[in-house]
Amino acid sequence: MGALAIGDAGGPGPAMRRRLAGFAATLRMAGFAIGQAEVQDAARVLATPLGERPERLKGALQALFCSRHSDLARYGDLFDAFWRGRGAKRAAKITAHGLAARSPRKFDAGPGAGDAREALPETAYAPGPEDGAAEGRGRKGGASTQAALSGKDIRKLSSGEEREQALALAEKLARAMRARLTRRERARTSGRRIDLRSTIRHSVAHGGEPIDLKFRRRKPKPLRLVVLLDASGSMEPYTAFFTRFLHAVSLSFRESEAFLFHTRIAHVSSALRERDPTRALDRLHLMAQGIGGGTKIGECLATFNRWHARRVIHSRTCVMILSDGYDTGAPEVLETAMRNLRRRCKRIVWLNPLLGWDGYEPSAAGMRAALPFVDLFAPAHNIESLAALEPYLARI
Amino acid sequence: MTDPIPREALAAGLATAGYVADRDLATALWMMDHLKRPLLLEGEAGVGKTEVAKALARLHGCELIRMQCYEGLDAQSALYEWNYQRQLLAIKARESPGAKAAEIEAQIFSEDYLLERPLLAAIRREVSPVLLVDEVDRADEEFEAFLLELLSDFQVSIPEFGVITARTIPRVVLTSNGTRELSDALRRRCLYHYLDFPDVDREAAILLMRQPGLDAQLALQVARMVAMLRKEDLRKVPGVAETLDWAATLAGLGVEDMRQEPEIVHDTLIAILKTHEDRTRVSRQTTERLLGKVA
Repeated sequence: MGALAIGDAGGPGPAMRRRLAGFAATLRMAGFAIGQAEVQDAARVLATPLGERPERLKGALQALFCSRHSDLARYGDLFDAFWRGRGAKRAAKITAHGLAARSPRKFDAGPGAGDAREALPETAYAPGPEDGAAEGRGRKGGASTQAALSGKDIRKLSSGEEREQALALAEKLARAMRARLTRRERARTSGRRIDLRSTIRHSVAHGGEPIDLKFRRRKPKPLRLVVLLDASGSMEPYTAFFTRFLHAVSLSFRESEAFLFHTRIAHVSSALRERDPTRALDRLHLMAQGIGGGTKIGECLATFNRWHARRVIHSRTCVMILSDGYDTGAPEVLETAMRNLRRRCKRIVWLNPLLGWDGYEPSAAGMRAALPFVDLFAPAHNIESLAALEPYLARI
Repeated sequence: MTDPIPREALAAGLATAGYVADRDLATALWMMDHLKRPLLLEGEAGVGKTEVAKALARLHGCELIRMQCYEGLDAQSALYEWNYQRQLLAIKARESPGAKAAEIEAQIFSEDYLLERPLLAAIRREVSPVLLVDEVDRADEEFEAFLLELLSDFQVSIPEFGVITARTIPRVVLTSNGTRELSDALRRRCLYHYLDFPDVDREAAILLMRQPGLDAQLALQVARMVAMLRKEDLRKVPGVAETLDWAATLAGLGVEDMRQEPEIVHDTLIAILKTHEDRTRVSRQTTERLLGKVA
């Protein structure tokens, strides 16, 4: 235990520095944000009495290396594994790399997937009776007959090339939405308050007469999009497409948060901030693992309300739910959760891919319970339907 | 550092300043001094984040400069402002044919006309103060970036005036309620400590420290009761300040043993349950059930 003791007051020796760098590297691999400056400061801490005992060092480095609440729990295990050789297996699971290596399901391509990594992990999901019905409906209803790719139902895109094009379109759309929405904000004119600072600054040129009045205007709060994506089995034909759309939205909207749910809900924004789509989706899959076996929209929304809503929802937030509304939980739970959500945010948009099918009626109990609280209920089965959203978002 | 475990001395010092710190917090505070890094405190509303900065100021016998963040907070209201009224007067007073514009300009943009705002004040003190940047998550991202720049360079550039470098480096405490995700850059720059609700013993110690006349048994009972209430499904979880209020109320009503006075206990719950929903949720039966476990 006393092996951590550092003799000289001038700082830790080279061997110790190497170990420290190794520890920092381990933490970085587990997703901690640690820079060179932090490692140097850690070396300074090692030279103090705090570096004499592992227990003290643990607390000290915790303050330095952790930067959010979720880091704290993982830090303890990683520290013990690295410095005391305990629980190494558990720690290996915590680092993302460890997880990826041990993951039994690598995200291999579903049949017909253009890019191997586009598909969500095949979940152990047994389709319920309702999902069977959805499939049946799908066969009957079919999509529009338009030849244009953007009008084509995503499920019907057969070739990999077509899929790739549709995904690219989705990305482009997300970016264009963002650009147009912000330009709209800039175009607003006329200030409410006089900006004395710049008025006086400019008055010097006129010998101190404030002739040119300068105005200040309150910067409009940017619209925040909070997207909740249903990743259950019944949504499978659409999830790959929506995840890609979600990724593009996360990257281009400065203010956006993304969640994935089936039986439980996962906050996936941090994964989607990764620039590279392949890596982003890889991380997303890691985070979304282990959910499956039905869709509990109501419960997931309740969890969202309780734990996430306060942080991610502000006064100009639009919550977008991408789901087919097939809920295996009780409709009352969904109703309560929707009512609570309604109170918090500015708009709720529910995008239902099934709505684009001919003859679809929102008859599922869950969907019916949720509808009264939805501001916009729109189809999302093809690119056109997503593009149609933009004017709506611009008005919020 | 001659003291073998500096943080223990620090924790004792904080106790004399009226704050009961746990071990990790004492470590973080000590490191803050040693590494000259700001400390980011996160935790639920009411766990005593702001109190840490106040106690720190008392401990070091220095000034506490507090900056409350809000949405739309900009550099002007955080850093400095020119005294426009005086500037206008000065310009008018000098409006003679002989006056040169350059002279006027040099004069009105001098230190006499500069109004310090918290951030500028914090780096211009002779004795380094404690700078409390409260609820930094309420300010917008631009401000966060600006704050980050100040916290790494400790200098401020004023276009009309020049660069002001810090005389002393303040001890900086930032608090966040988590209404918005803070940037990674800011998080990395800061030491981090998550402040949880105090455990029963610590909360009882806080009660006894802040209300010296309080009966030790009552303090323990109140602390236990509040700890249990926090586990109930409440909309607004009671904070330490509420516990203090409640203990003061009960003591004021002459309660010595909470189990003897279930009526008073239930009626005074308004001191800690602040929404109608929570009030109805904790029924008389609930109160009695919880009191049974208070022992």
